[in-house]
Amino acid sequence: MVSEPKTEDPAGPVFLSAGDTALVVQYGETVDPAINRRVRMLAAALADSRPEGIVDLVPTMRSLMIHYDPLVLSRAALTEAVRPLLEARPDLARTTRRWRIPVCYEGECAPDLEAVAETCGVEAGEIVRQHSGLDQEVFMMGFLPGFPYLGLLPELFDLPRRPEPRVKVPPRSISVAARQTTIYTVDSPGGWHLIGRTPVDFYDPRRTEPILVAAGDRVRFEPIAIEAYHRIRKAVEAGKFEIQVDSKI
Amino acid sequence: MNVINILSPGLNLTVQDMGRPRHQHLGVPVSGALDPEALRLANALVGNPETAAALEIRMLGPTLEVQADTVRVALAGSRAPLEILGQDPVSLPAHQSVTLSRGQQFRVGALPDGLTAVLAVEGGFALAEIYGSRSTYTRAGIGGFEGRALREGDLLPLNKGEAPARGERRLADETYLDRRGPFRVILGPQRDFFTDAAVALFLSSPYRVTREADRMGMRLDGPVLSHARGYNIVSDGIVTGAVQVPGTGLPIVLLADHQTTGGYPKLAAVVSADIPRLGRLRPGDEIRFEEISVEQAEQAVRERETALRRLIDGMIPAGAWLDEAALYRENLISGIVRDGEQAS
Repeated sequence: MVSEPKTEDPAGPVFLSAGDTALVVQYGETVDPAINRRVRMLAAALADSRPEGIVDLVPTMRSLMIHYDPLVLSRAALTEAVRPLLEARPDLARTTRRWRIPVCYEGECAPDLEAVAETCGVEAGEIVRQHSGLDQEVFMMGFLPGFPYLGLLPELFDLPRRPEPRVKVPPRSISVAARQTTIYTVDSPGGWHLIGRTPVDFYDPRRTEPILVAAGDRVRFEPIAIEAYHRIRKAVEAGKFEIQVDSKI
Repeated sequence: MNVINILSPGLNLTVQDMGRPRHQHLGVPVSGALDPEALRLANALVGNPETAAALEIRMLGPTLEVQADTVRVALAGSRAPLEILGQDPVSLPAHQSVTLSRGQQFRVGALPDGLTAVLAVEGGFALAEIYGSRSTYTRAGIGGFEGRALREGDLLPLNKGEAPARGERRLADETYLDRRGPFRVILGPQRDFFTDAAVALFLSSPYRVTREADRMGMRLDGPVLSHARGYNIVSDGIVTGAVQVPGTGLPIVLLADHQTTGGYPKLAAVVSADIPRLGRLRPGDEIRFEEISVEQAEQAVRERETALRRLIDGMIPAGAWLDEAALYRENLISGIVRDGEQAS
Protein backbone atom coordinates (compact mmCIF):
# COMPACT_ATOMS: atom_id res chain seq x y z
CA MET A 1 0.00 0.00 0.00
CA VAL A 2 1.19 3.46 -0.82
CA SER A 3 0.57 6.17 1.73
CA GLU A 4 1.54 9.24 -0.20
CA PRO A 5 -0.96 10.08 -2.97
CA LYS A 6 0.72 10.39 -6.34
CA THR A 7 -0.52 12.09 -9.45
CA GLU A 8 -1.76 10.05 -12.36
CA ASP A 9 0.56 8.79 -15.05
CA PRO A 10 1.63 11.85 -17.08
CA ALA A 11 1.78 9.74 -20.23
CA GLY A 12 -1.98 9.15 -19.89
CA PRO A 13 -3.85 5.91 -19.36
CA VAL A 14 -2.39 2.69 -20.73
CA PHE A 15 -4.25 -0.28 -22.23
CA LEU A 16 -3.34 -3.71 -20.83
CA SER A 17 -4.59 -7.20 -21.72
CA ALA A 18 -6.23 -9.52 -19.24
CA GLY A 19 -6.63 -12.48 -21.58
CA ASP A 20 -9.02 -12.16 -24.52
CA THR A 21 -12.07 -11.33 -22.38
CA ALA A 22 -10.97 -8.17 -20.58
CA LEU A 23 -9.20 -4.92 -21.35
CA VAL A 24 -7.60 -2.99 -18.51
CA VAL A 25 -7.41 0.78 -18.81
CA GLN A 26 -4.86 1.81 -16.22
CA TYR A 27 -4.71 5.44 -15.11
CA GLY A 28 -1.95 4.95 -12.54
CA GLU A 29 -0.44 2.47 -10.11
CA THR A 30 -1.01 4.22 -6.79
CA VAL A 31 -3.77 4.83 -4.27
CA ASP A 32 -5.07 8.26 -5.17
CA PRO A 33 -8.70 9.41 -5.11
CA ALA A 34 -8.06 11.60 -8.15
CA ILE A 35 -6.93 8.61 -10.22
CA ASN A 36 -9.90 6.60 -8.93
CA ARG A 37 -12.28 9.36 -10.02
CA ARG A 38 -10.82 9.29 -13.55
CA VAL A 39 -11.36 5.51 -13.58
CA ARG A 40 -15.00 5.94 -12.57
CA MET A 41 -15.50 8.71 -15.13
CA LEU A 42 -14.43 6.32 -17.88
CA ALA A 43 -16.79 3.68 -16.45
CA ALA A 44 -19.65 6.20 -16.47
CA ALA A 45 -18.88 7.33 -20.03
CA LEU A 46 -18.73 3.71 -21.22
CA ALA A 47 -21.92 2.83 -19.38
CA ASP A 48 -23.64 5.61 -21.34
CA SER A 49 -22.36 4.50 -24.74
CA ARG A 50 -22.11 0.80 -23.80
CA PRO A 51 -20.95 -0.90 -26.97
CA GLU A 52 -22.61 -4.28 -27.58
CA GLY A 53 -20.56 -7.12 -26.13
CA ILE A 54 -19.47 -5.41 -22.91
CA VAL A 55 -20.22 -7.74 -20.01
CA ASP A 56 -19.21 -5.67 -16.98
CA LEU A 57 -17.21 -2.60 -15.96
CA VAL A 58 -15.13 -3.11 -12.82
CA PRO A 59 -13.50 0.04 -11.48
CA THR A 60 -10.60 -0.38 -9.06
CA MET A 61 -8.51 2.19 -7.27
CA ARG A 62 -6.37 2.83 -10.32
CA SER A 63 -7.77 1.01 -13.36
CA LEU A 64 -10.95 0.02 -15.12
CA MET A 65 -11.39 -3.62 -16.11
CA ILE A 66 -13.72 -3.91 -19.09
CA HIS A 67 -15.02 -7.47 -19.30
CA TYR A 68 -16.37 -8.31 -22.76
CA ASP A 69 -17.47 -11.22 -24.92
CA PRO A 70 -14.85 -11.80 -27.62
CA LEU A 71 -17.44 -13.55 -29.81
CA VAL A 72 -19.43 -10.31 -29.99
CA LEU A 73 -16.80 -7.59 -29.69
CA SER A 74 -13.19 -7.70 -30.90
CA ARG A 75 -10.39 -6.12 -28.93
CA ALA A 76 -9.70 -3.79 -31.83
CA ALA A 77 -13.31 -2.58 -31.93
CA LEU A 78 -13.44 -2.21 -28.15
CA THR A 79 -10.22 -0.18 -28.09
CA GLU A 80 -11.64 2.08 -30.80
CA ALA A 81 -14.80 2.58 -28.75
CA VAL A 82 -12.87 3.37 -25.57
CA ARG A 83 -10.22 5.71 -26.96
CA PRO A 84 -12.47 8.76 -27.54
CA LEU A 85 -13.86 8.40 -24.00
CA LEU A 86 -10.50 8.53 -22.21
CA GLU A 87 -10.71 12.27 -21.70
CA ALA A 88 -14.46 12.33 -21.01
CA ARG A 89 -15.41 14.08 -17.77
CA PRO A 90 -18.99 12.97 -17.02
CA ASP A 91 -20.57 14.33 -13.89
CA LEU A 92 -20.10 11.58 -11.32
CA ALA A 93 -22.34 13.33 -8.78
CA ARG A 94 -25.51 12.56 -10.76
CA THR A 95 -25.47 8.97 -9.56
CA THR A 96 -24.20 9.56 -6.05
CA ARG A 97 -26.03 8.20 -3.04
CA ARG A 98 -25.06 9.14 0.49
CA TRP A 99 -25.62 6.44 3.09
CA ARG A 100 -25.83 7.14 6.82
CA ILE A 101 -24.57 4.04 8.55
CA PRO A 102 -24.78 3.56 12.33
CA VAL A 103 -21.57 2.16 13.82
CA CYS A 104 -20.81 1.01 17.35
CA TYR A 105 -17.18 1.86 18.11
CA GLU A 106 -17.30 0.27 21.58
CA GLY A 107 -16.32 -2.88 23.46
CA GLU A 108 -16.58 -6.16 21.60
CA CYS A 109 -17.66 -4.32 18.44
CA ALA A 110 -14.21 -2.69 18.29
CA PRO A 111 -11.53 -5.27 19.22
CA ASP A 112 -8.65 -3.31 17.65
CA LEU A 113 -9.68 0.24 18.56
CA GLU A 114 -7.41 0.62 21.59
CA ALA A 115 -4.41 -0.83 19.74
CA VAL A 116 -5.00 1.47 16.78
CA ALA A 117 -5.27 4.47 19.12
CA GLU A 118 -2.03 3.47 20.80
CA THR A 119 -0.23 3.05 17.46
CA CYS A 120 -1.47 6.47 16.40
CA GLY A 121 -0.62 8.04 19.77
CA VAL A 122 -4.13 9.40 20.35
CA GLU A 123 -7.14 8.60 22.53
CA ALA A 124 -9.66 6.07 21.18
CA GLY A 125 -12.23 8.86 21.09
CA GLU A 126 -10.09 10.77 18.60
CA ILE A 127 -10.02 7.76 16.25
CA VAL A 128 -13.81 7.59 16.41
CA ARG A 129 -14.18 11.36 15.94
CA GLN A 130 -11.97 11.38 12.86
CA HIS A 131 -13.41 8.20 11.34
CA SER A 132 -17.00 9.40 11.66
CA GLY A 133 -16.19 13.05 10.92
CA LEU A 134 -16.22 12.94 7.14
CA ASP A 135 -18.12 11.57 4.17
CA GLN A 136 -16.18 8.63 2.74
CA GLU A 137 -16.29 7.75 -0.92
CA VAL A 138 -16.64 4.17 -2.23
CA PHE A 139 -13.61 3.80 -4.49
CA MET A 140 -14.24 0.23 -5.54
CA MET A 141 -15.86 -3.09 -4.65
CA GLY A 142 -13.97 -6.37 -4.37
CA PHE A 143 -12.67 -9.22 -2.21
CA LEU A 144 -16.17 -10.39 -1.19
CA PRO A 145 -19.68 -9.79 -2.54
CA GLY A 146 -20.71 -6.28 -1.54
CA PHE A 147 -17.35 -5.48 0.08
CA PRO A 148 -16.53 -1.77 -0.41
CA TYR A 149 -13.23 0.11 -0.18
CA LEU A 150 -13.82 3.64 1.13
CA GLY A 151 -11.73 6.70 1.87
CA LEU A 152 -9.67 8.63 1.90
CA LEU A 153 -9.25 8.79 5.66
CA PRO A 154 -7.13 11.39 7.48
CA GLU A 155 -3.38 10.72 7.67
CA LEU A 156 -3.81 9.36 11.17
CA PHE A 157 -5.14 6.15 9.57
CA ASP A 158 -2.04 5.51 7.48
CA LEU A 159 -1.61 2.08 9.07
CA PRO A 160 -0.14 -1.11 7.66
CA ARG A 161 -2.34 -4.19 7.84
CA ARG A 162 -2.03 -6.53 10.80
CA PRO A 163 1.09 -8.71 10.54
CA GLU A 164 -1.07 -11.82 11.06
CA PRO A 165 -4.48 -11.73 9.38
CA ARG A 166 -7.41 -12.94 11.48
CA VAL A 167 -8.71 -16.33 10.37
CA LYS A 168 -12.29 -15.18 10.82
CA VAL A 169 -13.56 -11.61 10.84
CA PRO A 170 -17.20 -11.30 11.85
CA PRO A 171 -19.52 -9.83 9.21
CA ARG A 172 -20.42 -6.12 9.48
CA SER A 173 -17.01 -5.30 10.98
CA ILE A 174 -15.77 -1.80 10.16
CA SER A 175 -12.05 -1.99 9.54
CA VAL A 176 -9.26 0.39 8.59
CA ALA A 177 -5.79 0.30 7.01
CA ALA A 178 -3.83 2.44 4.54
CA ARG A 179 -6.21 5.41 4.97
CA GLN A 180 -9.17 3.30 3.81
CA THR A 181 -12.22 1.71 5.40
CA THR A 182 -13.74 -1.65 4.51
CA ILE A 183 -16.80 -3.47 5.75
CA TYR A 184 -16.69 -7.27 5.88
CA THR A 185 -19.90 -8.65 4.42
CA VAL A 186 -19.64 -12.33 5.32
CA ASP A 187 -17.40 -14.43 7.60
CA SER A 188 -13.96 -14.17 6.10
CA PRO A 189 -10.27 -14.05 6.90
CA GLY A 190 -8.98 -10.48 7.06
CA GLY A 191 -5.95 -8.42 7.93
CA TRP A 192 -7.43 -4.99 8.58
CA HIS A 193 -7.92 -3.37 12.00
CA LEU A 194 -11.43 -3.77 13.42
CA ILE A 195 -12.49 -0.46 14.97
CA GLY A 196 -16.26 -0.85 14.97
CA ARG A 197 -19.27 -2.84 13.87
CA THR A 198 -22.48 -1.83 12.14
CA PRO A 199 -25.84 -3.50 12.75
CA VAL A 200 -26.61 -2.97 9.03
CA ASP A 201 -25.90 -5.64 6.41
CA PHE A 202 -23.87 -4.51 3.40
CA TYR A 203 -24.78 -7.86 1.85
CA ASP A 204 -28.09 -9.55 2.59
CA PRO A 205 -29.39 -12.15 0.12
CA ARG A 206 -32.93 -11.71 1.50
CA ARG A 207 -33.14 -8.17 0.11
CA THR A 208 -34.34 -7.53 -3.44
CA GLU A 209 -31.01 -5.78 -3.97
CA PRO A 210 -28.70 -7.87 -1.78
CA ILE A 211 -25.71 -5.51 -2.05
CA LEU A 212 -26.02 -2.11 -0.39
CA VAL A 213 -23.42 0.20 -1.91
CA ALA A 214 -21.63 0.64 -5.23
CA ALA A 215 -18.50 2.47 -6.36
CA GLY A 216 -19.12 6.21 -6.30
CA ASP A 217 -21.51 6.15 -3.33
CA ARG A 218 -20.70 8.17 -0.23
CA VAL A 219 -20.94 6.81 3.29
CA ARG A 220 -21.12 8.68 6.58
CA PHE A 221 -20.54 6.55 9.68
CA GLU A 222 -22.58 7.69 12.69
CA PRO A 223 -21.42 6.53 16.16
CA ILE A 224 -23.98 4.71 18.28
CA ALA A 225 -23.83 3.11 21.72
CA ILE A 226 -23.87 -0.66 22.24
CA GLU A 227 -27.54 -0.59 23.36
CA ALA A 228 -28.55 1.13 20.11
CA TYR A 229 -26.45 -1.37 18.17
CA HIS A 230 -28.39 -4.32 19.63
CA ARG A 231 -31.73 -2.56 19.17
CA ILE A 232 -31.03 -1.72 15.52
CA ARG A 233 -29.68 -5.21 14.84
CA LYS A 234 -32.94 -6.71 16.11
CA ALA A 235 -34.89 -4.38 13.85
CA VAL A 236 -32.67 -5.24 10.86
CA GLU A 237 -33.20 -8.96 11.46
CA ALA A 238 -36.95 -8.43 11.65
CA GLY A 239 -36.79 -6.49 8.38
CA LYS A 240 -37.96 -3.36 10.15
CA PHE A 241 -34.97 -1.06 9.89
CA GLU A 242 -34.78 1.49 7.14
CA ILE A 243 -31.26 2.49 6.20
CA GLN A 244 -30.95 6.24 5.76
CA VAL A 245 -29.89 7.29 2.28
CA ASP A 246 -29.86 10.71 0.64
CA SER A 247 -29.72 10.55 -3.14
CA LYS A 248 -28.35 13.17 -5.49
CA ILE A 249 -26.64 15.32 -2.92
CA MET B 1 -42.77 -32.71 -4.76
CA ASN B 2 -40.50 -33.72 -7.62
CA VAL B 3 -36.95 -34.08 -6.43
CA ILE B 4 -33.64 -35.79 -6.89
CA ASN B 5 -32.68 -37.43 -3.62
CA ILE B 6 -28.97 -37.12 -2.90
CA LEU B 7 -28.07 -40.56 -1.52
CA SER B 8 -24.38 -39.68 -1.60
CA PRO B 9 -23.00 -36.38 -2.92
CA GLY B 10 -19.56 -37.59 -3.97
CA LEU B 11 -16.76 -35.15 -3.36
CA ASN B 12 -18.02 -31.64 -4.08
CA LEU B 13 -21.35 -31.63 -5.84
CA THR B 14 -22.67 -28.13 -6.59
CA VAL B 15 -25.32 -26.52 -8.76
CA GLN B 16 -23.67 -24.39 -11.46
CA ASP B 17 -24.69 -22.51 -14.58
CA MET B 18 -22.81 -19.79 -16.47
CA GLY B 19 -22.38 -17.74 -13.29
CA ARG B 20 -22.67 -14.01 -12.61
CA PRO B 21 -20.29 -12.24 -14.99
CA ARG B 22 -22.33 -9.03 -14.91
CA HIS B 23 -22.04 -8.26 -11.19
CA GLN B 24 -18.29 -8.29 -10.68
CA HIS B 25 -18.42 -4.50 -10.17
CA LEU B 26 -20.24 -5.26 -6.88
CA GLY B 27 -17.56 -7.70 -5.78
CA VAL B 28 -19.65 -10.74 -6.75
CA PRO B 29 -17.43 -13.55 -8.10
CA VAL B 30 -18.47 -15.02 -11.44
CA SER B 31 -18.60 -18.67 -10.27
CA GLY B 32 -20.40 -20.99 -12.69
CA ALA B 33 -19.28 -24.23 -14.31
CA LEU B 34 -15.52 -24.80 -14.33
CA ASP B 35 -16.05 -26.48 -17.69
CA PRO B 36 -18.66 -24.38 -19.49
CA GLU B 37 -18.37 -26.62 -22.57
CA ALA B 38 -19.50 -29.64 -20.55
CA LEU B 39 -22.38 -27.60 -19.10
CA ARG B 40 -23.60 -26.62 -22.56
CA LEU B 41 -23.27 -30.15 -23.94
CA ALA B 42 -25.01 -31.82 -21.00
CA ASN B 43 -27.87 -29.34 -21.24
CA ALA B 44 -28.15 -29.74 -25.01
CA LEU B 45 -28.39 -33.53 -24.61
CA VAL B 46 -31.44 -33.25 -22.35
CA GLY B 47 -33.02 -30.47 -24.41
CA ASN B 48 -32.39 -27.62 -21.95
CA PRO B 49 -31.22 -24.14 -22.82
CA GLU B 50 -27.44 -24.51 -22.94
CA THR B 51 -26.89 -22.19 -19.99
CA ALA B 52 -29.34 -23.87 -17.59
CA ALA B 53 -28.15 -24.85 -14.12
CA ALA B 54 -26.85 -28.41 -13.74
CA LEU B 55 -24.86 -30.44 -11.25
CA GLU B 56 -21.11 -30.07 -11.31
CA ILE B 57 -19.22 -33.18 -10.22
CA ARG B 58 -15.65 -33.00 -8.91
CA MET B 59 -13.46 -36.10 -8.98
CA LEU B 60 -16.02 -38.47 -7.43
CA GLY B 61 -19.62 -38.46 -8.55
CA PRO B 62 -22.87 -38.75 -6.61
CA THR B 63 -25.40 -41.51 -6.07
CA LEU B 64 -28.90 -40.21 -6.74
CA GLU B 65 -32.47 -41.40 -6.60
CA VAL B 66 -35.33 -40.25 -8.79
CA GLN B 67 -38.36 -39.01 -6.86
CA ALA B 68 -40.46 -37.87 -9.82
CA ASP B 69 -42.43 -39.81 -12.43
CA THR B 70 -39.62 -39.62 -14.98
CA VAL B 71 -36.49 -37.53 -15.41
CA ARG B 72 -34.13 -37.24 -18.36
CA VAL B 73 -30.46 -36.83 -17.47
CA ALA B 74 -27.14 -36.65 -19.31
CA LEU B 75 -23.50 -36.51 -18.30
CA ALA B 76 -20.79 -34.55 -20.14
CA GLY B 77 -17.23 -33.39 -19.57
CA SER B 78 -15.91 -36.87 -18.79
CA ARG B 79 -16.08 -40.39 -20.20
CA ALA B 80 -17.25 -41.69 -16.82
CA PRO B 81 -20.19 -44.06 -17.24
CA LEU B 82 -23.61 -43.35 -15.79
CA GLU B 83 -24.44 -46.42 -13.73
CA ILE B 84 -28.06 -47.33 -13.23
CA LEU B 85 -28.35 -49.36 -10.07
CA GLY B 86 -30.80 -52.10 -9.17
CA GLN B 87 -31.03 -55.83 -9.53
CA ASP B 88 -29.59 -55.72 -13.02
CA PRO B 89 -27.26 -52.75 -13.00
CA VAL B 90 -26.62 -51.10 -16.32
CA SER B 91 -23.69 -48.92 -17.27
CA LEU B 92 -24.40 -46.26 -19.89
CA PRO B 93 -21.77 -44.19 -21.65
CA ALA B 94 -21.50 -40.46 -20.96
CA HIS B 95 -22.73 -38.00 -23.58
CA GLN B 96 -26.11 -39.56 -24.08
CA SER B 97 -29.44 -38.81 -22.54
CA VAL B 98 -31.41 -41.38 -20.60
CA THR B 99 -34.83 -41.28 -18.99
CA LEU B 100 -35.22 -42.77 -15.55
CA SER B 101 -38.36 -43.40 -13.57
CA ARG B 102 -39.46 -43.02 -10.00
CA GLY B 103 -37.40 -44.88 -7.44
CA GLN B 104 -34.53 -45.61 -9.77
CA GLN B 105 -31.08 -45.01 -8.37
CA PHE B 106 -28.09 -44.06 -10.44
CA ARG B 107 -24.55 -42.98 -9.87
CA VAL B 108 -21.43 -41.52 -11.38
CA GLY B 109 -18.31 -43.04 -9.86
CA ALA B 110 -14.75 -41.71 -9.78
CA LEU B 111 -14.06 -39.67 -12.91
CA PRO B 112 -11.46 -41.64 -14.90
CA ASP B 113 -10.16 -38.80 -17.04
CA GLY B 114 -10.51 -35.38 -15.43
CA LEU B 115 -11.52 -33.49 -12.33
CA THR B 116 -14.86 -32.15 -13.53
CA ALA B 117 -18.05 -33.38 -15.14
CA VAL B 118 -21.57 -32.01 -15.49
CA LEU B 119 -24.85 -33.85 -14.99
CA ALA B 120 -27.85 -32.08 -16.46
CA VAL B 121 -31.51 -32.81 -15.76
CA GLU B 122 -34.21 -31.88 -18.26
CA GLY B 123 -36.18 -28.89 -17.01
CA GLY B 124 -33.52 -27.96 -14.47
CA PHE B 125 -33.85 -27.25 -10.78
CA ALA B 126 -36.51 -25.25 -8.95
CA LEU B 127 -34.01 -22.97 -7.21
CA ALA B 128 -34.01 -19.20 -6.88
CA GLU B 129 -31.70 -17.06 -8.98
CA ILE B 130 -29.40 -14.56 -7.31
CA TYR B 131 -28.03 -11.87 -9.62
CA GLY B 132 -29.36 -13.79 -12.60
CA SER B 133 -27.76 -17.13 -11.78
CA ARG B 134 -28.27 -20.33 -9.81
CA SER B 135 -24.53 -20.97 -9.46
CA THR B 136 -23.27 -21.91 -6.02
CA TYR B 137 -20.58 -19.72 -4.49
CA THR B 138 -19.96 -21.52 -1.23
CA ARG B 139 -17.53 -18.97 0.28
CA ALA B 140 -20.34 -16.46 0.69
CA GLY B 141 -23.20 -18.96 0.77
CA ILE B 142 -24.69 -17.61 -2.45
CA GLY B 143 -26.94 -19.44 -4.90
CA GLY B 144 -27.42 -23.10 -5.70
CA PHE B 145 -28.93 -25.27 -2.97
CA GLU B 146 -28.78 -23.21 0.26
CA GLY B 147 -25.52 -21.65 -0.93
CA ARG B 148 -23.54 -24.83 -0.33
CA ALA B 149 -22.38 -28.10 -1.81
CA LEU B 150 -25.00 -30.84 -1.69
CA ARG B 151 -25.09 -33.31 1.18
CA GLU B 152 -26.48 -36.74 1.76
CA GLY B 153 -30.23 -36.57 2.22
CA ASP B 154 -30.74 -33.27 0.38
CA LEU B 155 -33.81 -33.24 -1.83
CA LEU B 156 -32.99 -31.20 -4.90
CA PRO B 157 -36.26 -29.78 -6.29
CA LEU B 158 -36.99 -30.24 -9.99
CA ASN B 159 -38.90 -27.95 -12.32
CA LYS B 160 -40.45 -30.90 -14.16
CA GLY B 161 -42.02 -34.06 -12.72
CA GLU B 162 -42.09 -35.83 -16.03
CA ALA B 163 -39.72 -35.97 -18.95
CA PRO B 164 -41.50 -35.46 -22.28
CA ALA B 165 -41.55 -38.68 -24.31
CA ARG B 166 -39.11 -38.47 -27.21
CA GLY B 167 -36.05 -40.24 -28.46
CA GLU B 168 -32.83 -40.09 -26.52
CA ARG B 169 -29.84 -38.27 -27.98
CA ARG B 170 -26.11 -38.69 -27.91
CA LEU B 171 -23.04 -36.87 -29.15
CA ALA B 172 -21.69 -38.24 -32.42
CA ASP B 173 -18.17 -37.56 -31.22
CA GLU B 174 -16.58 -37.02 -27.81
CA THR B 175 -13.07 -36.16 -28.97
CA TYR B 176 -13.55 -32.64 -27.63
CA LEU B 177 -12.17 -34.19 -24.43
CA ASP B 178 -8.96 -35.17 -26.16
CA ARG B 179 -7.52 -31.72 -26.90
CA ARG B 180 -3.96 -31.65 -25.59
CA GLY B 181 -1.01 -29.35 -25.99
CA PRO B 182 0.02 -26.19 -24.21
CA PHE B 183 -2.48 -23.81 -22.67
CA ARG B 184 -2.48 -20.63 -24.70
CA VAL B 185 -1.99 -17.39 -22.79
CA ILE B 186 -1.89 -13.67 -23.44
CA LEU B 187 0.79 -11.95 -21.36
CA GLY B 188 -0.29 -9.23 -18.95
CA PRO B 189 -1.68 -7.16 -17.35
CA GLN B 190 1.39 -7.10 -15.07
CA ARG B 191 3.95 -8.56 -17.48
CA ASP B 192 6.27 -5.69 -16.48
CA PHE B 193 6.41 -6.94 -12.87
CA PHE B 194 8.51 -9.90 -14.03
CA THR B 195 12.02 -10.26 -15.39
CA ASP B 196 12.42 -11.31 -19.03
CA ALA B 197 14.09 -14.46 -17.75
CA ALA B 198 11.00 -15.26 -15.64
CA VAL B 199 8.70 -14.81 -18.62
CA ALA B 200 10.92 -17.04 -20.78
CA LEU B 201 10.99 -19.66 -18.01
CA PHE B 202 7.20 -19.55 -17.62
CA LEU B 203 6.69 -20.12 -21.35
CA SER B 204 9.25 -22.91 -21.71
CA SER B 205 8.85 -25.01 -18.55
CA PRO B 206 6.40 -27.71 -17.58
CA TYR B 207 4.37 -27.00 -14.44
CA ARG B 208 2.36 -29.46 -12.42
CA VAL B 209 -1.06 -28.98 -10.84
CA THR B 210 -0.69 -29.43 -7.07
CA ARG B 211 -3.23 -30.76 -4.59
CA GLU B 212 -4.06 -27.19 -3.66
CA ALA B 213 -6.68 -26.98 -6.35
CA ASP B 214 -10.28 -25.97 -5.84
CA ARG B 215 -12.98 -23.97 -7.62
CA MET B 216 -11.11 -20.75 -6.84
CA GLY B 217 -7.78 -21.71 -8.38
CA MET B 218 -4.94 -24.16 -8.79
CA ARG B 219 -1.47 -23.73 -7.37
CA LEU B 220 1.19 -24.95 -9.77
CA ASP B 221 4.56 -26.44 -8.98
CA GLY B 222 7.59 -25.86 -11.19
CA PRO B 223 10.32 -23.29 -11.78
CA VAL B 224 10.12 -20.23 -9.49
CA LEU B 225 9.43 -16.97 -11.34
CA SER B 226 11.33 -13.87 -10.27
CA HIS B 227 9.54 -10.58 -9.80
CA ALA B 228 11.22 -7.49 -11.16
CA ARG B 229 9.14 -4.95 -9.23
CA GLY B 230 7.97 -6.71 -6.05
CA TYR B 231 4.83 -8.77 -5.62
CA ASN B 232 2.32 -6.32 -4.21
CA ILE B 233 0.27 -4.19 -6.53
CA VAL B 234 -2.59 -1.82 -5.86
CA SER B 235 -5.52 -4.20 -6.46
CA ASP B 236 -6.96 -4.41 -9.93
CA GLY B 237 -9.48 -6.63 -11.73
CA ILE B 238 -9.11 -10.37 -12.30
CA VAL B 239 -10.32 -12.62 -15.11
CA THR B 240 -10.93 -16.37 -15.00
CA GLY B 241 -7.73 -18.00 -16.21
CA ALA B 242 -5.48 -15.26 -14.81
CA VAL B 243 -2.03 -16.52 -13.81
CA GLN B 244 -1.08 -14.65 -10.66
CA VAL B 245 2.31 -15.00 -9.03
CA PRO B 246 2.53 -14.24 -5.30
CA GLY B 247 5.74 -13.89 -3.29
CA THR B 248 6.57 -17.61 -3.54
CA GLY B 249 7.20 -17.16 -7.27
CA LEU B 250 4.95 -20.13 -8.02
CA PRO B 251 1.99 -19.39 -10.28
CA ILE B 252 -1.66 -19.79 -9.31
CA VAL B 253 -4.19 -20.16 -12.12
CA LEU B 254 -7.48 -18.60 -11.08
CA LEU B 255 -10.73 -20.40 -11.83
CA ALA B 256 -14.46 -19.65 -11.73
CA ASP B 257 -14.72 -18.77 -8.01
CA HIS B 258 -11.83 -16.27 -8.07
CA GLN B 259 -12.25 -12.92 -6.36
CA THR B 260 -13.14 -10.02 -8.62
CA THR B 261 -10.07 -7.98 -7.67
CA GLY B 262 -6.69 -8.78 -6.21
CA GLY B 263 -3.31 -7.45 -5.21
CA TYR B 264 -0.84 -9.93 -6.71
CA PRO B 265 0.77 -9.30 -10.09
CA LYS B 266 -0.72 -11.30 -12.92
CA LEU B 267 1.80 -12.43 -15.49
CA ALA B 268 -0.66 -13.77 -18.05
CA ALA B 269 -4.17 -15.12 -18.60
CA VAL B 270 -5.23 -18.38 -20.22
CA VAL B 271 -7.36 -17.56 -23.28
CA SER B 272 -11.09 -18.24 -23.22
CA ALA B 273 -10.86 -21.06 -25.78
CA ASP B 274 -8.77 -23.06 -23.30
CA ILE B 275 -10.77 -22.32 -20.12
CA PRO B 276 -13.00 -25.43 -20.41
CA ARG B 277 -10.08 -27.84 -20.44
CA LEU B 278 -8.40 -25.84 -17.68
CA GLY B 279 -11.42 -26.74 -15.55
CA ARG B 280 -10.88 -30.44 -16.20
CA LEU B 281 -7.23 -30.58 -15.03
CA ARG B 282 -6.39 -32.79 -12.05
CA PRO B 283 -3.71 -32.56 -9.38
CA GLY B 284 -0.58 -34.13 -10.84
CA ASP B 285 -1.39 -33.16 -14.43
CA GLU B 286 1.34 -31.41 -16.36
CA ILE B 287 0.60 -28.00 -17.77
CA ARG B 288 2.59 -25.91 -20.26
CA PHE B 289 1.93 -22.42 -21.50
CA GLU B 290 2.26 -20.86 -24.94
CA GLU B 291 2.00 -17.17 -25.72
CA ILE B 292 -0.41 -16.07 -28.44
CA SER B 293 -1.74 -12.69 -29.54
CA VAL B 294 -5.18 -11.28 -28.81
CA GLU B 295 -6.12 -11.74 -32.47
CA GLN B 296 -5.06 -15.40 -32.36
CA ALA B 297 -7.09 -15.87 -29.18
CA GLU B 298 -10.14 -14.36 -30.88
CA GLN B 299 -9.66 -16.75 -33.81
CA ALA B 300 -9.28 -19.66 -31.35
CA VAL B 301 -12.49 -18.90 -29.46
CA ARG B 302 -14.44 -18.56 -32.72
CA GLU B 303 -13.13 -21.96 -33.80
CA ARG B 304 -14.07 -23.50 -30.43
CA GLU B 305 -17.54 -22.04 -30.68
CA THR B 306 -17.98 -23.36 -34.22
CA ALA B 307 -16.80 -26.81 -33.15
CA LEU B 308 -19.16 -26.83 -30.18
CA ARG B 309 -22.10 -25.73 -32.36
CA ARG B 310 -21.31 -28.50 -34.81
CA LEU B 311 -21.23 -31.01 -31.95
CA ILE B 312 -24.58 -29.84 -30.60
CA ASP B 313 -26.27 -29.57 -34.00
CA GLY B 314 -24.88 -32.99 -34.91
CA MET B 315 -26.34 -34.93 -31.99
CA ILE B 316 -27.69 -38.30 -33.14
CA PRO B 317 -30.44 -40.57 -31.82
CA ALA B 318 -29.24 -42.86 -29.07
CA GLY B 319 -30.41 -46.44 -28.91
CA ALA B 320 -32.99 -46.45 -26.14
CA TRP B 321 -31.66 -48.07 -23.04
CA LEU B 322 -33.64 -51.21 -22.40
CA ASP B 323 -35.40 -50.78 -19.07
CA GLU B 324 -36.03 -54.42 -18.36
CA ALA B 325 -38.50 -53.78 -15.60
CA ALA B 326 -40.54 -51.56 -17.89
CA LEU B 327 -40.23 -54.06 -20.68
CA TYR B 328 -41.50 -56.76 -18.39
CA ARG B 329 -44.56 -54.69 -17.47
CA GLU B 330 -45.09 -53.93 -21.16
CA ASN B 331 -44.94 -57.63 -22.02
CA LEU B 332 -47.39 -58.52 -19.32
CA ILE B 333 -49.91 -56.01 -20.61
CA SER B 334 -49.50 -56.95 -24.26
CA GLY B 335 -49.51 -60.59 -23.19
CA ILE B 336 -52.97 -60.12 -21.65
CA VAL B 337 -54.15 -58.39 -24.80
CA ARG B 338 -52.84 -61.28 -26.85
CA ASP B 339 -54.54 -63.73 -24.56
CA GLY B 340 -57.77 -61.83 -25.09
CA GLU B 341 -57.29 -61.92 -28.82
CA GLN B 342 -56.72 -65.62 -28.68
CA ALA B 343 -59.84 -66.06 -26.61
CA SER B 344 -62.05 -64.19 -29.06
